[in-house]
Amino acid sequence: MPEHTVLTTQDIVINVLIFLLASFLGLELIRHVSRLLHTPLMSLTNAISSVSVVAALIVLSNPKNDFIMWLAVIAVALAMSNVISGFMITERILLMFKRRGGGERE
Amino acid sequence: MSGEVLIQSLYVLAAVLFILSLKGMSEVRTARWGNWAGSAGMLVAIVATLLAYHVERYDLLIGAVIVGAIIGVPIALKLPMTAVPQRTAMSHAFGSLAVALVGTAKYYQLYPDIDRFTMAVLASEMILGYLTFTGSCIAFAKLQELISGKPLIYPGRNFVSVLMLGIAVALGLALVIDSSQSALLPLMIIFALLFGFLLVMGIGGADMPTVIAILNSYAGLSAAALGFVLNNKLLIVAGTLDGSSGFILAMLMCKAMNRSFTNVLFGGVGAPVAKAGAGAGEARTVVAYSPEDVAAILDGARLVMIVPGYGMAAAQAQHAVKELEDVLEARGVSIRYAIHPVAGRMPGHMNVLLAEAQVSYDKLLEMDEANLLFPECDVAIVVGANDITNPAARTKPDSPLYGMPILDVDKARTVVFIKRSLAAGFAGVDNELFYLPHTMMVFGDAKQVVTEIVNALKK
Repeated sequence: MPEHTVLTTQDIVINVLIFLLASFLGLELIRHVSRLLHTPLMSLTNAISSVSVVAALIVLSNPKNDFIMWLAVIAVALAMSNVISGFMITERILLMFKRRGGGERE
Repeated sequence: MSGEVLIQSLYVLAAVLFILSLKGMSEVRTARWGNWAGSAGMLVAIVATLLAYHVERYDLLIGAVIVGAIIGVPIALKLPMTAVPQRTAMSHAFGSLAVALVGTAKYYQLYPDIDRFTMAVLASEMILGYLTFTGSCIAFAKLQELISGKPLIYPGRNFVSVLMLGIAVALGLALVIDSSQSALLPLMIIFALLFGFLLVMGIGGADMPTVIAILNSYAGLSAAALGFVLNNKLLIVAGTLDGSSGFILAMLMCKAMNRSFTNVLFGGVGAPVAKAGAGAGEARTVVAYSPEDVAAILDGARLVMIVPGYGMAAAQAQHAVKELEDVLEARGVSIRYAIHPVAGRMPGHMNVLLAEAQVSYDKLLEMDEANLLFPECDVAIVVGANDITNPAARTKPDSPLYGMPILDVDKARTVVFIKRSLAAGFAGVDNELFYLPHTMMVFGDAKQVVTEIVNALKK
């Protein structure tokens, strides 16, 4: 895949549009998250935003020198620890949320 | 070219999975499904990237993943639920540092000619990333009680903090004008780090729910900014979702305290304040009751509301509270829990602790629901909460708490207030509730007192 070093105006406009749409969507989605789940929500979004590991991988595919390479390697380790523990903790917390006595009815 | 179409399609798939993941969190029933959708999205994103970009040093990559797993897995498996806020602060620190380091790497990779738009985004991404890193480290240290939770207050501290940020931004602007001035970059990073450090040092322990949410938002936004630099749309979407999540949570926390962002960040609330002359004159007395007295009152009750706060977490009293629920329910007493949005040290903290103690989640009431029910309550038991129950928020315009939405605990027929001592709450304000004729103060460690009430009831 070609490396885009210089962004065209069109790229920038499209990216800004995506940013705005994602903001509106995000605000809408989060507004509807159950208040019970705000803590697991935070660990989940944390894990999701650690998709920045992808950025570290891209830099690692073409490092100009060792310094750049090591920055990317450290970033991979940090982001992966978030990804792994983020999804695992969310699962652990969600498993604790149970409705007891009243059965499974809503 | 078809390869690129495949990669881009996989990125779209990952983005859709992330969105569905958050959608799943709208209900407890679908939440676990949402978490799995998120994990699947992450896997797709990583696989797609490895297919598209050829990483030469797979040994380093695998090493980094192993190190990440060694740090992440034990935390995920062993972390006690009371420590979730600390872990969240730490993950914000990790996430934002990762993003900031990639931004730094990208600067050196593109150096010396970086177009102005890219440099502007890079500079803001790095400033945001590095300040979130130190800010989150301090939040972690405060929550873990490695350092005092009291805000660090000194004359002109806001001026000093903003000056740090101002210098960092000025250096960033200088880089936008001439990106080849690489000597400015480390300076910009240092000032951003200093700003994050000073900012959170000035914020008190009980404001942590808001601070964590704000740092959450910053960490997400810096990831989105990195997406702009790399022209990676998946990163923009995921970072923005995280950013808006943190933003909404921070808004909710501020609303629940009737304060603004600026007031939380720069207000220094929670500093020891000199006692105002007004209340000092009138010596008011408080009658201390024993756990046995409380058991006697609970014996005839029909509806009991439990109001948990940070003190319950600090004393690890959630399991004792659940035992109290079981004993009372066995006698036909209805139990509900009233959860204030800012109770605890992060959004939703109390819900998680009570879920851990196996309290059924349909007994956890939000503030509005709970307030409708208080007038019908025979007993309200306050366990480790204080300011969020202070009626002064409704009645005393001169109180720092005035205007803050509170749980109307005072409307219950009897109020049982379990507290370590008569010390004022976090806001440094005396609680009116202590002196009401229908309030029973019980002094002692929350866990011990609740256990003693349970034992007295069992007799």
